[in-house]
Amino acid sequence: MFAFAVRRITQAIVVMLVISLIGFAIKHEIGDPVRDIVGVSVSVAEREALRDKLGLNDPFIMQYARFVKDALHGDLGHSFFFKKPALDVITAKAPATLELVFVSSLIIIFVSIPIGIYTAINPKNWFSRLTMGVSIVGVSIPVFLTAIILIYIFAVELHWLPSYGRGQTINIYGWESGFFTLDGLKHLILPSIALSSIMLPLFIRLIRSEMMEVLETEYVKFAWAKGLSKYRIWLLHAFKNTLLPVITVGGVQLGILIAFTILTETVFQWQGMGFMFLEAVERSDTALLVAYLIVVGALFVVVNTIVDIIYGLVNPTVRITGRK
Amino acid sequence: MQHLLDVKDLEVTFALRTGSLIAIHGVNFTVDKGERVGLVGESGAGKSVTGFAIINLISKPGYISNGSVLFNGRDLASLSDEEMRHIRGNRISMIFQDPMMTLNPVLTIGTQMIETLQAHLKISKTDAADIALEKLHKVHIPSPEKRLRQYPHEFSGGMRQRIVVAIALLVDPSLIIADEPTTALDVTIQAEIMDLLRELCESEDTGLILITHDLGVVAQITEKVVVMYSGNIVEMGTTTEIIENPRHPYTKGLIQAIPDKRNPGERLNQIPGVMPTLMDIPPGCSFHPRCTIKGEICTREIPKLKEIDSTGKIVACHMVSAEGEVQ
Ligand SMILES: Nc1ncnc2c1ncn2[C@@H]1O[C@H](COP(=O)(O)OP(=O)(O)OP(=O)(O)O)[C@@H](O)[C@H]1O
Ligand SMILES: [Mg+2]
Repeated sequence: MFAFAVRRITQAIVVMLVISLIGFAIKHEIGDPVRDIVGVSVSVAEREALRDKLGLNDPFIMQYARFVKDALHGDLGHSFFFKKPALDVITAKAPATLELVFVSSLIIIFVSIPIGIYTAINPKNWFSRLTMGVSIVGVSIPVFLTAIILIYIFAVELHWLPSYGRGQTINIYGWESGFFTLDGLKHLILPSIALSSIMLPLFIRLIRSEMMEVLETEYVKFAWAKGLSKYRIWLLHAFKNTLLPVITVGGVQLGILIAFTILTETVFQWQGMGFMFLEAVERSDTALLVAYLIVVGALFVVVNTIVDIIYGLVNPTVRITGRK
Repeated sequence: MQHLLDVKDLEVTFALRTGSLIAIHGVNFTVDKGERVGLVGESGAGKSVTGFAIINLISKPGYISNGSVLFNGRDLASLSDEEMRHIRGNRISMIFQDPMMTLNPVLTIGTQMIETLQAHLKISKTDAADIALEKLHKVHIPSPEKRLRQYPHEFSGGMRQRIVVAIALLVDPSLIIADEPTTALDVTIQAEIMDLLRELCESEDTGLILITHDLGVVAQITEKVVVMYSGNIVEMGTTTEIIENPRHPYTKGLIQAIPDKRNPGERLNQIPGVMPTLMDIPPGCSFHPRCTIKGEICTREIPKLKEIDSTGKIVACHMVSAEGEVQ
């Protein structure tokens, strides 16, 4: 476990350094911290004095080091539009995005697992063929199209569900949550379905193909020869082995889901980090963009670490190497 | 007397997209209580398919297209899925070829043993664990209590095959089908596993179908031998008779190919040629292209199994008779 943790943390540090370097390079090239602080109506001489004072004329490396040091102290720069530290802006927007990603992940997990298993066990029946056909089409439909179709059917035509915004939220220790009101939950439905639809076909196909491979193994044959019930064979013997490759691939995909929130949040006017990101692009709010990049990078690293830990729990051979 | 197992005219077909292939062409043999039978033949002869057909677990797209399997007089084809499940692993157990692949890598040995008992008996986990310990002890696994909590990758190949044997014995079956149980193991370990299997079958009076390429092993373990060639039985008789007085030219070839322990290093007498695949089985006797004594009839007529002497041995060859070989 110790070796595992050390390896994992080293990886995380390297990944974060790379991300911060990219972020800093963006800031360095296109950002204008002077404007961020004093606005545009200041003379050239005053600007130059300020640049010196802020260390903006120092060598790249020194500036980068200062950037990393500040970031470690929780200072990711200053949003010129919001007139607030960038990190504060992001933490205010993060709950909306995280709740959306969380619900989408749940949908993906609880829909793709049963369908993946079912279609692996019955590859030839009509439902499996239909699912496979639909999933090929599904992979190629862009998320905003899915979103617009969902809005058209369920909001415009049927009036069942709201089409934009988060609805009523409750503040729990600074976390704006839509989980505890009926209105908030209703607002979550369409965006999370739209977001999950990106990954769902991929997950179903992945689980199905891995499971079909496992069903052909000798140990599954042996399980049949032992006279176990079919449900135990499918759900324990076969599925537990299917999980290993699915976790590896799936973990990365769930991380990528965070990036896809940009489109989904825009279509649904969802006041999260993704929506904020697009607005920041329009306003050239460089500090906020870079802060977003770094926060999302960190989230990605956290998700992958959790996934790795789950993998270790399922796979006994990982545990033993960890113990040594 | 009723046989423990009575395989009658068993025919197995693989329904492939390109057409149906018959892999087993109506084989007949019996196993009595406590009897040990060897099923031999080259790779692809249909030994494994026959073994799996007995417990109705042929891999798709194969199915039993004709014939029947009687177990204690009951036709296994007439059983419901649930009744058949209670035969597998309970009354008839199987041991597979490669112990590295047979055990589930993500479940402990204990889980894999206890679940087998609980699939067939109304039994608590602790009672099941006790039986598992007892069987592990029987197959000479040291400190079984600790071993129950371990995963397959923590065992060597020989140890794993012992565990598989222990699993096969868990519910005291009356028949074990062992499909090349030692081919994947080191030579020294092969002998240990074989001795173990023999000893356990003898002490419990358990029937055994031993599927193997190795006539040497068959000679040590079994009482009866069934020789298969491209989906047919070509010769069958008591082990002594088959080893000492083989009549079918294929059986003779197999016996000449046994490495002689007294003259190690001597060149083996392999039968020239290869067994035909299911796609291109020749007309007449399927062995005739490789046969040294074939006659004209062999190329057009399929030989039937016939008794040729008083020992009860039966042979499917046009060219042999009680008097000897037709010239
Ligand atoms: N799933 C399958 N699909 C198509 N043909 C098959 C399948 N399984 C077996 N066969 C065919 O059935 C025949 C008998 O195979 P089987 O596995 O019983 O041979 P075997 O005697 O056990 O050989 P080996 O010593 O290699 O294990 C072979 O010709 C093989 O090609
Ligand atoms: Mg075989």
